[in-house]
Amino acid sequence: MSDFAAAPALPEIVPERRKHGTFVRFMLRHPTIFAGLVLIGLMLMIAMLAPYLGTTDPTALAPARRLRPPSAAYWFGTDMLGRDVYSRVLYGTRVSLVVGFAVALLAAVIGLGIGLVAGFVRWSDALIMRIMDGLMSIPSILLAIALMALTRGSVRNVVIAITISEIPRVARLIRGVVLSLREQPYIEAAIACGTRTPRLILRHILPNTLAPLSVQATYICASAMITEAILSFIGAGTPPTVPSWGNIMAEGRALWQIKPSIVFFPAIFLLLTVLGVNLLGDGLRDALDPRRALRL
Amino acid sequence: MNKPPLLEVNRLVKHFLIRGGLLGGIAGRVRAVDDLGFALERGETLSLVGESGSGKSTVGRTILGLIRPDGGEIWLDGARIDQLSRARMRALRQRMQIVFQDPFSSLNPRLSVRDCLAEPLANFGLARGKAERERRIFDLLDQVMLPRAAADRLPHEFSGGQRQRIAIARALAPRPDLIICDEAVSALDVSVKAQIINLLADLQKELGLALLFISHDLAIVEHLTHRIAVMYLGQIVEIGPRDAVFSRPQHPYTEALLSAVPMPDPETKRRRIVLAGDIPSPRNPPQGCRFHTRCPYVFDRCRVEAPALRGPGTHRAACHLDALPGA
Repeated sequence: MSDFAAAPALPEIVPERRKHGTFVRFMLRHPTIFAGLVLIGLMLMIAMLAPYLGTTDPTALAPARRLRPPSAAYWFGTDMLGRDVYSRVLYGTRVSLVVGFAVALLAAVIGLGIGLVAGFVRWSDALIMRIMDGLMSIPSILLAIALMALTRGSVRNVVIAITISEIPRVARLIRGVVLSLREQPYIEAAIACGTRTPRLILRHILPNTLAPLSVQATYICASAMITEAILSFIGAGTPPTVPSWGNIMAEGRALWQIKPSIVFFPAIFLLLTVLGVNLLGDGLRDALDPRRALRL
Repeated sequence: MNKPPLLEVNRLVKHFLIRGGLLGGIAGRVRAVDDLGFALERGETLSLVGESGSGKSTVGRTILGLIRPDGGEIWLDGARIDQLSRARMRALRQRMQIVFQDPFSSLNPRLSVRDCLAEPLANFGLARGKAERERRIFDLLDQVMLPRAAADRLPHEFSGGQRQRIAIARALAPRPDLIICDEAVSALDVSVKAQIINLLADLQKELGLALLFISHDLAIVEHLTHRIAVMYLGQIVEIGPRDAVFSRPQHPYTEALLSAVPMPDPETKRRRIVLAGDIPSPRNPPQGCRFHTRCPYVFDRCRVEAPALRGPGTHRAACHLDALPGA
């Protein structure tokens, strides 16, 4: 042991703590998150303030004024029943956001639960994952159409139908994360220092699944909005009495060659919203990358 | 009457089954640990050395109950522990701790040093109230010679050596009798290696810890250990006091390992024994003596009969050479 008596006693340098980035600095470093949040924020404002943004009743019929082109009085023109497209598109924002956020939240929470069980309870893994594979083998649009065919068209049922078709993706992702985390030495170290399973999941597994989960949730949000629009477009989604972007486009479809504005405006709104959510998702994916040890 | 040793391992067996095929049948078995035994006294250091794939780490993890043995017995302080329920085993882990090889993956990147050290304290109910917990955490940081300001930091803010100190502090937290160091210094720089070795030696003297030091590096082991056990393909081929093993190796494998230890003086003349080939697969270990495929002294008996671990006193080896006249 004497050989090491002369081992260099290096000074125990603990690096100066890096200052926490302020919100502004974080946004400057991640412009995609910023752009995504701005777009989503804008849509949220529109959805909440729809009645105060110069809109009229989006369902009020006015046959005398149908198919007006965009003008000062009707910003986005009127549809074949004389309804104000501007008001309809703004109110339609509510449907899209509600469906997008509700599906993302529900699918994330339920998928997280299923994924944790499958990843942790070994005997249940094969069973759960075969069911999930079965669900995944059906294209999500078809599955949603089939589920909608079983029920009455309403926003709630649309949310449920899309959630069911999105759950397997989350469950599969979380199961994979759990399986790879289980092999981490710090999990074994936690078991070795006496940590019980519930605490192990809460403290060591769950926090490490949140980054991939939130990224996945944003993509699900975007995909749910598109699926909702498709379902409404083909008449299997939101009932025609509720203005949604899919409904507006479906009703404008027959006339799109002579009155493209009816389809154009809801399509632009859908595009911007989905773009915003996807930008946020991409930004989160980069920012939460564990390889860049970045403190949020 | 003699007190039982702190840790005793008898005829330990661990085979990993390889599943394959359509129905997940057993496609083969890896004999990671096969009929292995040793004893460890209080305050003693035993080093388990061998090349990668020899089953060293499996031994450590089996003792802690992180994996279940397939056969044999493990005794801690005169009580058998290899068949305990998970809950009983959890309670026993207060007395046995482990330090892993890679200090970058053995600490949860999201837990501060304080949270990391508080976890074993909370698990075993070792600190009542916030003040006592805080005091214990500072004591632990002092013991591993880290500044107390380190408590608020996250693991990624530390160097490899500092992280390994955190891991050692975590292992010390439940005040164990035994710490298993699974290649605990192998991933560190040479100078940092020396610091950690010195720290472990000091802690052992101070706290009367027993250390099971698992390593592939005989040079690093020499400065720390009281006894050495050399492993090859899941079995101990030689075990004995440090000086005896280093000066009079009885097994050709130990001899070869010792000849590979780097010497500070390049002028020193010595016989370098280079073993041919790789360690055979533990899926299909050789018949007879497991070392016979690479042994420079191999003769007929080695190919058919497995030698038992034997020898005078505490220095024992598993080799047929000792029975030859003039050996």
